[in-house]
Amino acid sequence: MSTLPDQGFSQVSVTDEAAALIRRLVLDHGPVMFFQSGGCCDGSAPMCWPKGEFRLGERDVRLGVVEGAEYWIGGDQYERWRHTRLVLDVVRGRGAGFSLEAPEGVRFIIRSELCSVEELAALGEAPLPRGRDQR
Amino acid sequence: MRYVSPNSPGSLVQYPDRYDHYINGEWVPPARGRYFENVSPVTGRPFIQIARGTHEDVERALDAAHAAKAAWGATPAAARAQILNRIADLMEQNLELLAVSETWDNGKPIRETLAADLPLAIDHFRYFAGVIRANEGTAAELDANTVTYHIKEPLGVVGQIIPWNFPLLMAAWKLAPALAAGNCVVLKPAEQTPASIMLWVSLVGHLLPKGVLNIVNGFGVEAGKPLAQSPRISKVAFTGETSTGRLIMQYASENIIPVTLELGGKSPNIFFADVMAQDDAFRQKALEGFGMFMLNQGEVCTCPSRALIQRSIYKDFLDLAVERAKLTVPGDPLDTSTRLGAQASNDQLEKILSYIDIGQKEGATLRMGGERVRLGGELVEGYYVAPTVFEGHNQMRIFQEEIFGPVVSVTSFEDEADAIKIANDTLYGLGAGLWTRSVHDAYRVGRAVQAGRVWTNCYHLYPAHAAFGGYKHSGIGRENHHMMLGHYQQTKNLLVSYDPNPMGFF
Repeated sequence: MSTLPDQGFSQVSVTDEAAALIRRLVLDHGPVMFFQSGGCCDGSAPMCWPKGEFRLGERDVRLGVVEGAEYWIGGDQYERWRHTRLVLDVVRGRGAGFSLEAPEGVRFIIRSELCSVEELAALGEAPLPRGRDQR
Repeated sequence: MRYVSPNSPGSLVQYPDRYDHYINGEWVPPARGRYFENVSPVTGRPFIQIARGTHEDVERALDAAHAAKAAWGATPAAARAQILNRIADLMEQNLELLAVSETWDNGKPIRETLAADLPLAIDHFRYFAGVIRANEGTAAELDANTVTYHIKEPLGVVGQIIPWNFPLLMAAWKLAPALAAGNCVVLKPAEQTPASIMLWVSLVGHLLPKGVLNIVNGFGVEAGKPLAQSPRISKVAFTGETSTGRLIMQYASENIIPVTLELGGKSPNIFFADVMAQDDAFRQKALEGFGMFMLNQGEVCTCPSRALIQRSIYKDFLDLAVERAKLTVPGDPLDTSTRLGAQASNDQLEKILSYIDIGQKEGATLRMGGERVRLGGELVEGYYVAPTVFEGHNQMRIFQEEIFGPVVSVTSFEDEADAIKIANDTLYGLGAGLWTRSVHDAYRVGRAVQAGRVWTNCYHLYPAHAAFGGYKHSGIGRENHHMMLGHYQQTKNLLVSYDPNPMGFF
């Protein structure tokens, strides 16, 4: 799988605590990726998987790269979230789906900020990469 | 009254120190010897240790299931049905015990587990005990000497991964059709809520032949994933969120096996102007319907988390609805008068609060609630959230993503076409509600809303024999109905010639 180049504007950032957790997970599991989930139970939460575990779809959107890990979201969901920036954080918790951090007794979580007018304009000029760009 | 907390003197529920896996009718320690702490959301404190399973344990459970599948699949439907009925009877005899455990494990009020979770789960086993007796294949005469027979067969061994919001009921929804159809099961409970399922199997497990039902606990990544990936299952059923749903379909594609998925929603609850036409019982019913976002603390895939109110009644209806909703406050889940309990986990609590935050940043108006509630005494560290009502518009994140908390986002619509447009402007299509005095409007709108279940002048009823499942991103399959048997059966076609003469080809 080829890796997309880093782009200037990222729609996701990471707290120090979450970055430290990513580094720990990479030591145990190798490179990881994130996918922003939606829907029931543990939805609306990030999933952290071994990089390459998940087959990206054509329309999936890469929000950015956090601590070396690509952060993706489904294309349809992105259309409804595109006016917000995500902040990847971590809280004490108990697992979700097949996300790698569950056994650590913690859970990745997102917090959200509104994009500024300038950020939205930048996104309009240089849209984020899609899954199809990776092939 | 208040039920005594489990593990305290005088409580109905006394858990052992820990639960192992349940494999081949026995308690089996995890292969790697590790356990994890299970926390009660009522108090925020751990109360039991649970086996932390890995692929070795999954393989052992699959060994047991495969060893049992031939005999169980050949067991007459009448005998399988009798076992399901006995499971239901034993659950009924232990209803209070199981309800207290479910409340302790999940945080939901005992009022709900006593009146809904347990009675529905019990009825579910009885329903599938009934329909499997009436399940039949078909035979058709193709010509005078040729007959085609369609015979239903079990799939064999299936994997099931269930969620934490209705642990026992969701187990019943998945287990009853699978077992009725003659399959052996490896079940992976949610790591947030494993305890009451293990208590349940300690009561009823002996009724099933060894190996027919196997329960492996652990974290999704360590136990759920090897189950979903296994080439030794013939089907996987999952309830949860969309990205894990996609991952499970991906794994299933590697093994070419079917999946059923229930992936949640963002259900619209539509109130037409005529609900306010009279100040009568029906108006009160509709106002109660608005408040259904609080059921199970909003931790329901079909939570009516978007309320759509017709503009001409918007203010009057919402004022009354908010006034009514304010009567519900979080309380001790084990107290029978409590109507709103604890969120299931700390991360769930944090997620809900993060959504309340983005709702305010997006400019939604907070009408009530919006904060964590600290209860006193031993509940001080429990995960309680005040019922929250936002006003805003359908493009806001709080209208588009499942929050899974007692949070409703309210907006208005002009007319029927506008209502349908807003209702369908979502990625999901699991549930919907609509409220009107006009049967004509009700039918037309009900058909136009793209959701698998449209509650009409009611909400949050889950009777067996009403099919439940999603359109769009909400999943694949229909549970809670005898059509679910089809998702757990293979079709054998015998194409038989009764003509003794050569066909004349060669």
